[in-house]
This record gives sequence, structure tokens and C-alpha cells, in this order.
Amino acid sequence: NHELQKNPDCCPSSAPLLPLDCRWYSVSHLSVQERIDKKRKAALVGGGQKRIDAQHKRGKLTARERVELLLDPNSFVEYDMFVEHRCSDFGMEQDRNKFPGDSVVTGQGRINGRLVYVFSQDFTVFGGSLSGAHAQKICKIMDQAVMVGAPVIGLNDSGGARIQEGVESLAGYADIFLRNVTASGVVPQISLIMGPCAGGAVYSPALTDFTFMVKDTSYLFITGPDVVKSVTNEDVTQEELGGAKTHTAVSGVAHRAFENDIDALLNLRDFFNFLPLSNKDASPVIECHDPSDRLVPGLDTIVPMESTKAYDMLDIIHGIVDERDFFEIMPNYAKNIVVGFARMNGRTVGIVGNQPKVASGCLDINSSVKGARFVRFCDAFNIPIITFVDVPGFLPGTAQEYGGIIRHGAKLLFAFAEATVPKITIITRKAYGGAYDVMSSKHLRGDMNYAWPTAEVAVMGAKGAVQIIFRGKENQAEAEAEYVEKFANPFPAAVRGFVDDIIEPSTTRKRICRDLEVLASKKQVNPWKKHANIPL
Amino acid sequence: MINAHGCCCRFLLKMPGLVFVKESLVSSLPVQSVACTAFMSHFSSTQLVIKTCRKMGIQTVAVHSDVDSSAVHVKMADEAVCVGPAPTGKSYLNMDAIMDAIRSTGAQAVHPGYGFLSENKEFAQRLAAEGVMFVGPDTHAIQAMGDKIQSKLIAKAAGVNTIPGFDGVVKTAEEAVKIAQDIGYPVMIKASAGGGGKGMRIAWNDEETREGFRFSSQEAASSFGDDRLLIEKFIDNPRHIEIQVLADKHGSALWLNERECSIQRRNQKVVEEAPSTFLDPATRRAMGEQAVQLAKAVQYSSAGTVEFLVDSQKNFYFLEMNTRLQVEHPITECITGLDLVQQMIRIAKGYPLQHKQEDIPINGWAIESRVYAEDPYKSFGLPSIGRLSQYQEPLNLSNVRVDSGIQEGSDISIYYDPMISKLVTYGATRAEALAKMEDALDNYVIRGVTHNIPLLREIITHPRFISGDITTNFLPEVYPSGFHGHQLATDSRRELLASAAALYIAAQLRSQRFLLSTIPQERGKWELCVELGKDRHNVEVTRSGNTYTVSLSFSFSLSVEVDAGRVEVSGEWNLASPLLPLTINGTHRMLQCLSREASGEITVQYLGTSFKVRVLSKLAAELDSYMPEKIPEDTSSILRSPMPGTVVAVAVKAGDTVAEGQEICVIEAMKMQNSMTAAKTAKVKSVHCKPGETVGEGDLLVELE
Repeated sequence: NHELQKNPDCCPSSAPLLPLDCRWYSVSHLSVQERIDKKRKAALVGGGQKRIDAQHKRGKLTARERVELLLDPNSFVEYDMFVEHRCSDFGMEQDRNKFPGDSVVTGQGRINGRLVYVFSQDFTVFGGSLSGAHAQKICKIMDQAVMVGAPVIGLNDSGGARIQEGVESLAGYADIFLRNVTASGVVPQISLIMGPCAGGAVYSPALTDFTFMVKDTSYLFITGPDVVKSVTNEDVTQEELGGAKTHTAVSGVAHRAFENDIDALLNLRDFFNFLPLSNKDASPVIECHDPSDRLVPGLDTIVPMESTKAYDMLDIIHGIVDERDFFEIMPNYAKNIVVGFARMNGRTVGIVGNQPKVASGCLDINSSVKGARFVRFCDAFNIPIITFVDVPGFLPGTAQEYGGIIRHGAKLLFAFAEATVPKITIITRKAYGGAYDVMSSKHLRGDMNYAWPTAEVAVMGAKGAVQIIFRGKENQAEAEAEYVEKFANPFPAAVRGFVDDIIEPSTTRKRICRDLEVLASKKQVNPWKKHANIPL
Repeated sequence: MINAHGCCCRFLLKMPGLVFVKESLVSSLPVQSVACTAFMSHFSSTQLVIKTCRKMGIQTVAVHSDVDSSAVHVKMADEAVCVGPAPTGKSYLNMDAIMDAIRSTGAQAVHPGYGFLSENKEFAQRLAAEGVMFVGPDTHAIQAMGDKIQSKLIAKAAGVNTIPGFDGVVKTAEEAVKIAQDIGYPVMIKASAGGGGKGMRIAWNDEETREGFRFSSQEAASSFGDDRLLIEKFIDNPRHIEIQVLADKHGSALWLNERECSIQRRNQKVVEEAPSTFLDPATRRAMGEQAVQLAKAVQYSSAGTVEFLVDSQKNFYFLEMNTRLQVEHPITECITGLDLVQQMIRIAKGYPLQHKQEDIPINGWAIESRVYAEDPYKSFGLPSIGRLSQYQEPLNLSNVRVDSGIQEGSDISIYYDPMISKLVTYGATRAEALAKMEDALDNYVIRGVTHNIPLLREIITHPRFISGDITTNFLPEVYPSGFHGHQLATDSRRELLASAAALYIAAQLRSQRFLLSTIPQERGKWELCVELGKDRHNVEVTRSGNTYTVSLSFSFSLSVEVDAGRVEVSGEWNLASPLLPLTINGTHRMLQCLSREASGEITVQYLGTSFKVRVLSKLAAELDSYMPEKIPEDTSSILRSPMPGTVVAVAVKAGDTVAEGQEICVIEAMKMQNSMTAAKTAKVKSVHCKPGETVGEGDLLVELE
């Protein structure tokens, strides 16, 4: 259905040549207006009704429907509606192959009244493929977003490069990548994958701060199943290779997945509310109905008597944060660490917690990387970090050592040490060995470090320690009891000032809210450097 | 003790469990110290005992198992002793450990509460041997009444009406069938040693008798260590009405009126009231006098309960006598003004009764609802477990008493009875007490475990219950196809949709209120679509007040157009609170927000039942039709555990062919056995559980082909 895209011949060349004739002027004006309207109308239907129907049939919304749902009603201001691709090869120059706006919708708008820049790739136009013009439109809004200090949200639904354009398309990708990188740490960047995203295209989402996916309708991979088959002879479906489940549970590429387009967009609105608009803004504060001095009596009994018994760190987090509202990041990946956003007395905070329920809450390669990236995001955007510690140590074994737990674990250490935002740490139970140091300890410039009465800060568990200290001694049980008495409690750390106080668990919310008020004016600067060299 | 105002202003706590008495703090007090422990369901009784003891100047010692070390009763008592690990056989039923605890603390008396050892004669004997006072009747009375067969013989001899068809001990299934045939169906089968409804089954034919025999004897063995059974004639359409008696050691006895406990599920009480709507003064007196005769016949001393079945002609038959404090005793305290725990302690110490029969009044009406951690949608209540993430009792209301042994953060585990609390309301009239109960249930916040408040609220608002037309078969009669929650009428549906829309708008408006930034123009008109089940409703909301106030709380006044009907909604909400009071068309309602998702999904508790709705903007609702439908899992060929528990028996193995309805395995939870049956005739593909294994709710047990 390309009729709509055909340029009607409304050029005023047939008009009589009467210079300065006001009639001529007005005729021309009318005809331009007509062309404007036609172009606008054409831009609004993208690839045409047939393609829109096909898009809907796949369970996907169109680029414009998505933008409308994401933004506040009537707040979208579109840019570059008239931009067309410039390719003249393979018949692309024909009118029926020109679509006003090309294969992406760009502009700015508001989410709950706050400014955001958006691009939404239009699968109905050449499968959303990236032309030079398409890239240029994206670059334009990114440049402006950085200039004014507002986040960028990309709604990705693209078959890949515009093959007809060859290197121009590749150049377009690189232009976007460069902007993703320069904008990184300046304004939050979020990618929502709402269709295919393959080949070079995957690197733009990978460079952004958060990548979300839509279940069953979105895919991310470097090469598709056909190429995989021809190169490695592996049989794999699109879903297995790069579906939402794969990336949220196995690869850790995506941070969360949602049921469908609507669910994803509404959740994205919710998520956006946690973020500051740029690195110049403080962590946002929203009106809060939850009393900041609320006691949480349930926390006094949450840590089990037996130190080997698990409990759910999420119970602690939900109890402490405002209105039990916790937006978890990567809930299905490296579940031995919990990260996500919440609010304390209305102010956004980043929460990091070891999860005793999974692998005893130990640190391994994946959980270290997951935690490190989250901490760095918070630090970049002035979001205070609250850390709940119950960690038995780093996971031992050849798999971990060969995988490089040393350099990956160092990332989390690096991230916490480097962070200059307010850092509050609560040791709920175990804080053993090097993992104690890593988890936002006092030594890494923790601002307020608390221990619950159940805290045990030690080099290792009693059993292991006794085997080393009292090697060969007969009465191991007695020695163990002595060690427990001496070290399996918060005192060794408290007497040295490594924790600032031992607090009743039920008062934790109150303490944190009060500290955050105090720390809101915290200023801490690292020495000048071009950039640090995090062990990648 | 009796309140002249006719209302129960003093709410006392009492619970099951043991309490040891130690040393009297004030020497003039009648008893020295007491303390003991209880179970989950029994914690509340322990607390009650501790509170009364404290009032009387008695020190208490609570006993507890590992997992209950931080329970409320343990904190309340002056001292606490751990008597073993969670399984009751190793802790609360472990007499050796409890005797050790008594010795080590120097306790002088034990109040057994209403659980575990409260009616155990051996325990009473051992206490007597050590010279420790047992706050309860003498051993011989416990023994006489503890055996259901003997107790009936004694009752008969004492001139108490007994149920026809009464018979003896049963050893095999075939013997059970023969006895049942002799009595004539229907018959009731239960454990001789067990109290309450545990191990009680009704059989209408030989097949059911065999099944009932097997289950009852297993339960009897596991719960009481005594596998004897009792079979008797089952009376159709009976009411369960019991008489509270109080007898001292000097041969005097009183009856403290009746409690009607006809609302039961699986023979366990759910809602109780005092007095009964059914009894006339003559019948009440006749029952009371027979109860007292029985108490005197066994030289009973202490508080006790004589249970009767009453038929539609007001004929009453002796059922059994409970020689302990009962869970539902608070309602008797409400209408009589007596503190039964205090009376028990006085009697144990040898004091004569303080009151005469004519001193015992019926002042007002009291209703008790048993709030259970169970899913009422499955057989009127299958146990559920979890952590009480939020817990708030409706104590802000007057004339409401809540006896519970739990607090926010408590774990409801598979080891004990799933009772959360006893919720008692009181009123000058029955209607007043019922209205108060409705309010109390609406204000009761329980999060983290599934609970039976939806069922309780439906019962107390059901026309049959309100008119007093009830029997012990009330639930299956009223809900023949099972309980499905509150059924919305046109008006209540409209109100629900309007409330959900108001909640959505409140959350939307609040999410724009960033500090230190310009707040966008607040909308005065909303076009929404609210989904409830499969139905969609167009909802138009306009602001009817001048403006919203959102700061600290959201106060609003909205005019809502739902499916061409108009609803006026106003209120003032704290969005952090689970309770959302609002006025709908002039009626005050308490709404509870159970969850609120970014996707527009809102779960609210409305009229007791939780409803899931989805509120979408008009645009989102239009686009929603393009969203792919997710295909749910086929459930007919998989058998999942309906609750957390322990696998007791697995009757099939892979490759077996099972018939529809055939038993596949048995899960035990909270001392109750549940038979899992095949949903269709098929071959067993795989078995995923073993006897003895612990399973969680929703765990895969068996797969069929």
C-alpha cells in the first residue's frame, strides 16, 4: 500500500511565471501546505496499513503507538518527520520507496511531567532497518539530550542495517555508538528491545545503562540461528539463542523482561520515575506517604537462629523501603545478589544485597559483575547506595578461578571503593573474609556502617578458622565454641569502629532515612584522572 | 467480675499451651507462679494465661520449641525454656523434656492451655507424682472424659441424653464396616483419644467406612499415639451447641450458658457465638443442668465444656466433654463477664466457686471468628504457610478482642495448626456484634499468607446465618460447589470498579509529585477501562471537588461513571497504608490494597474477598487487543501439591494406570491428611515425590500421560 507514499505532483512549475505576484505566492503557499499535510499524513502511517496490521498480528504495537503509551498524553514533540533516506541504488530512489521520517520516530516528551528524549524504530518501514538518515535522526536527539540533560529511551525494533546503503548504514551505527559512549554517565540511557535486534545493532543497547526486553517478541543476537547452524552446526531457535529468557537468566545481557509491549511500556514509565534526569541532578525525591520513622518489627525475627539457615533478603528490603516498592534489576540472573531501585522517604536509592537464599549469598563471577555495574550506575547518577551484607565469601572452585573470579570480583571492589555517593551498609549476618571488605565496608569509605545483633564479621566461618588456628588440637568442638564466642558477633568490628553502631533491626528504616537526610549534602571527590582503569 | 454495663470491657487473653507456675510474688495471692508453652494456634492461649497470671501476681515460665523461640508468648513470660525441635512429638508433646523444664525452673503449677497435653491423663499423673499442681481437672476426670466410649457410658449413667447407636473400640476395617451396618448409615468415625474434629469422618456406605477407618486410625496414631476408633450414629442437620461448666473441688458446679459452634468445616469450628439463637430458656436450662450433672458425676473440678448435638426439634445429645479451656471460651467470658483462666487457677488452688447459678447472666452477644492461615477456596480451607510480611489487628475498633500468638514477621510453618487468631466481637445485640465483626474483618491486615477472611466475612453476612438458620452442614449446603468468594451484584461491582479507578488515579497523580520540580497540570477528567475477570468496563472519572490534595495523604472526591451508572467516591488515603477507607455513594467502606503494579494491575480486598482488576487508560485498553495471549499450562495431566506439607504415602509408580478419582498420594500438613486423586484416567508418566519428603505449594508430585 504505497499510494500514500507516492509524491503527488503538486510542484508549482506549471503556474505562470509572474514574479512578485501575490496570487502566485498564495497558490504556492497552498500547495506547500498541502504537501506538508500529505507528508505528515504519510509519516503517521509509516509503512502503510498492511504492514501495521502485520505488526499487530505479531503481537507488537507500531512505533508511534509505543511512543504514545510511553509518554504523557499529548506531550510528544516529534523531530525530523520529513527526513527521508538518501539511497539511490537498487531502486531505492523511487518515490514508492521513500517514507517521510524513514524507519524511526524521534522526539522528546514527558513521563510524569519530566523531560525525556525518545526514538522508536518503525518495523513497518523496511523492517525498521537502519539507514544513514535513520541514524542521523537518532544522533540528533541524543546530542540534544546530552546538551539539555535529559535521559534517552530507545525503543528498538529493527531488522538491522539497511543493506542497500552499505557502509553508510554501518557509519550510522558507529555514530550512534559514539554518542552512547559519550553520553554514558551524563544522562541515563535505556533500551527497550521490542522486536529483533541483531548484528551490529545489538551494541547500542549493550552500551546503554539498562536493556529491557519483551517476552516472546524480542530477540538480541550477534548472528541469527541460520548463521550459527552454518558455522558451528548448532541447532538453536531464535528464542533459545537470544530471547528474553536467555538474556535475563543466562547471559545477563538484559536487565529485565516484560510480558508484552503494553506491560513493558507502563513498567518503563514506572522505572523512569526512579532516575535523575542527568548526572547534574540529585537523586529525585517524590512525595512519600510512608513515615520515615516507621518501625519494622518483623525484621527483629527475620534472621534465623542457625547461621546456616537461609532467609529471603527481599523480605528485608521490602520491609525497609517506601511502600514495599522495589524495582529489581536482573531478578533472574546471578540471584545470589539482589540489586534494584527503591525509595527511602521519597528519595531514590540503589539497593545491593547478598541473597542468602541462593548459593548462601556468596559472591561469584556473575554476581560481582552484576553488582559492580549497578553500583557504578548509581554512583554516576548521584543515587545513594544501601548495601545489605550477608556474605559467606567468594565462591571457591576451578570453574570460578579459571573464569577469572579474581578480576571479576575486583570489579565490585573497584565500584564500591570508587563510589562517592552516600553509602550506607547494614551487616545482617555474615560478613566473612575478603567479601566483607568488598561489600561497601567502612574501609571503602562507607559513610554509615551498621551491624545487626546477628552480625558476624570474621575472616571465615568458625569451623574453617578453628581447623587452621588449632590444627592438630584434639578438642576442636571446644575451640570452635571459643571462636564463635569471640568472633561470631558484631563486637570485634564495633570495638574497632568498623561499624558505626549495632542497631535493632526494626529501627533500620528509621536510621537509614535519617542518615540520608544528613548525607544529602555529602561532597567527596576522587583525585583528578582522565578516567579510572576498572579491571574489565 | 460481671460488668454492670453489660458489655465486655475487659478483654482477657488465654491460650492453649502449658504454663508453669513459679513463685508467688505476693504471698497473699492464691497461686504461685505458672508458666508453660504452646503451639502456634495455642500461643494465644498461653498469652492469655500469662496475662491473667500477671494480673494475679503469678510468675510464668513459657516452654517453646526451637522455631518458636521468638514467639510472643515466650517474650511475655518471665522465663522461657526450650523443650526441643519443631516437630511436636519432640517438643510440646515431649513429656520428659517438659518435666525437666518444670524441675529446672522450680515451677509449682502447670496450666496446659488448650493444646497438646491439656487432656493427657499421663501428663497429669506425672505432675501429680512430682507434687506439681495441674491447673485443670483431676486425673480421673480427664481419664473418664478423655475416652469417648467410657465418657458416654458415664454420661448415660448420669442421666445425660446420649446419641443412639453408640458402640465400642474398632480394630479392623471390616469390623468397622460391620459396626457401621449395625448402627445404620450414616455413621461418624473418629479417634477415641482425639479432641475436636480431628480424625473425624462421616461414612454413608461400606466403602467410605473403610476409607474413613484407614484415615482416622492413621491420624489417631500420628496425633495421639493411640489408634483406637469410635463409630456412632450420625445425626443429620445437627447443630453443635456446647455448655461451659465450672466446678470446684467442693462439689459445686455452675453452667455458664451455651456457645453455638455449628459453623464448621471438616468438623472443625470456624465461627462461634454466644448465646445461641436457637435455644429457648427451658432448653438452655435442661442442657445446663445435664452438663452440671455430668460434671458432678465425675467429680469434675475446673473449667470444662460439655458438647451437645441438637436436632431441629431441640432434642439434644451428649457428644463429649472437653476437660480443658476451649479455643472459643472468650465469647463466654464476654457474655458472662467471668475470667475463666482466673477461675481455673482459683479452683486448682482449692478455692470454692465465687458465683451462684443465678449470678450468671447473658449480657449482650459475642461472636468469634477463627482466622486461619489457609486457602478457603480449596475445600473451605487448606493450610497455607508463609511469613507474615504485614500484620495489623483491628484493635482500633471498640468491642473487638483478638487473641493471637503471632506478630508481624512470624513464620506460619507446616508444623502446627494454622490458626492465626481468634477474633471476638461483642455487641449489645447480635446484629451489633455481627456488624462489628464485619468491620473488624475488613480492618484486619494479613499479608504473606493466604487466610480465610473472605470465607468468614461471607458466612457472617449470609442471610441464613443472620437469620440463625444454621447446622453443622452450613458450608456444604450454602456452597455446594465449594467457596468462590464474594459474588458481586451490579451495585457492588460498580463500587469495586470505581474504587479501583480511584486508587489508580491516586497513584498516577502521586507519581508526578516530584519535589523541587514543577508539577504538571493535574487532570480533572480521566477516561479509563477497568478489567475484572474477562469483562471490560468503561469508566469515566471526573473530579467533583475543587482540587486534589496529595501531600502526605491523597484526599479526593470523584464522580465515576461506570457502565452508565454513577458512583460518587470520596476519601482520604495514605498510599503507604494497606487500609483505604472511602465513602461510596454515602456508604463507608474499608478497602484494602493488596498489590498495585505498574502495569495497572490492582488487587484489592473488597467485602472480604480479594479481586484482581486491571486499570488501563483508554488508549492502552484499545491497544491491548493486539497483545498476544499467553497459553497457560495444561493442568489435567499434572498433579501439584495444593499446599506445603509432607508426603505420607505414594500409591502409584511410573507406568501404572490410574482411574479418575483414584488416590495417587497423601500429603500431610498441619496434622491433617489430604488425599490427592487423579483428575483423569491415564497412565502415570513419572512420579516426583517420595514418602517422607517435604513439598511446597505447587510442587510437581506426579505427571500423567
